[in-house]
Amino acid sequence: MTEQSAPPTNTGPENNALRSRVSIDRDLRSILCDVLGLDPDEVEIFDSDTGLFGHLPELDSMAVAGLLTEMEDRLDIIIEDDDVDGEMLETYGGLLAFAEAKVAES
Amino acid sequence: MFALWPCPLPGGGVAEENARIFDAGRQSRLLFIPPLFDEHNKLRHQLVEVMQRLDASGVDCFLPDLPGCNESTACLTNHTLDSWRTAVQAAVEHFRISHVLAVRGGGLLVPAGLPGWLYGPVAGKQLLRSMLRARTIASREAGHEENIETLTDMAHADGITLAGWPIGAQMFVQLEEANKPAPDQLSLIEQSELGGGALWLRAEPDFDTDQADALAATLAMGLGDAERAQ
Repeated sequence: MTEQSAPPTNTGPENNALRSRVSIDRDLRSILCDVLGLDPDEVEIFDSDTGLFGHLPELDSMAVAGLLTEMEDRLDIIIEDDDVDGEMLETYGGLLAFAEAKVAES
Repeated sequence: MFALWPCPLPGGGVAEENARIFDAGRQSRLLFIPPLFDEHNKLRHQLVEVMQRLDASGVDCFLPDLPGCNESTACLTNHTLDSWRTAVQAAVEHFRISHVLAVRGGGLLVPAGLPGWLYGPVAGKQLLRSMLRARTIASREAGHEENIETLTDMAHADGITLAGWPIGAQMFVQLEEANKPAPDQLSLIEQSELGGGALWLRAEPDFDTDQADALAATLAMGLGDAERAQ
């Protein structure tokens, strides 16, 4: 019988950062599920290039505003007026990168 | 069915407003204090789903229009949170309400002295923030820049139209100052208790039968306990 290796322990700073990115990604997908009324498995296939504002007709300015306000609540960040631009809202990758940067500076 | 109820006007006098009702003269009479502005449109179907379930459980339900919202022909600009509170109090008396369910921004209008529930309460400032942000995003898309600070100054001076709602200066200030209501005599219902995502976040109005079942069950059990205690 071969000896089983011990499970990895995720205690280093790199792993913490990784966990944090994973959890931001999970929270962001969950918020999009709520806003778009999709099932989690439909949002699970969103990739960096998946189009959001300007690509999904139901995602109008009011829905985006609700999305940003919910991101503030769930990610514990403040989104300033000047932060909001077309680039961050255009794709899922753009929104995720923005959320990660905001969490890192908070 | 629908019924008209006498709603006090801000400057004196009374106007008739509409209410969606299920009224069979039963002991438990629940007033739904609706969410405000766009969230009312998003949640209306869901609230009527809940009313239908409660009606089947022996509870009378009343969902009044706030003046200037839904079918109301009143001029929204003339209204404030205070005038809406007066309107809700008038509905409580007219329909002989025993309990209230205040939904989202409806929690800012809860009358004193009645038992009931707060569902997903929110501060007035948070509602304004989303609406101001929607306006800045729409403006940017249309090719002209606006920012929240300038829009807020404008709103304080002359009122402002946000997401199609003409909000008077006094209403704007009262919303800014309205804190998230504390449960006090009311029980708090969090979205997480109902399962599924909050329907006020949806880009399009929608409803969810599982959530309606869960909310109606919570309310019916609470009202049943209250009836048995009498």
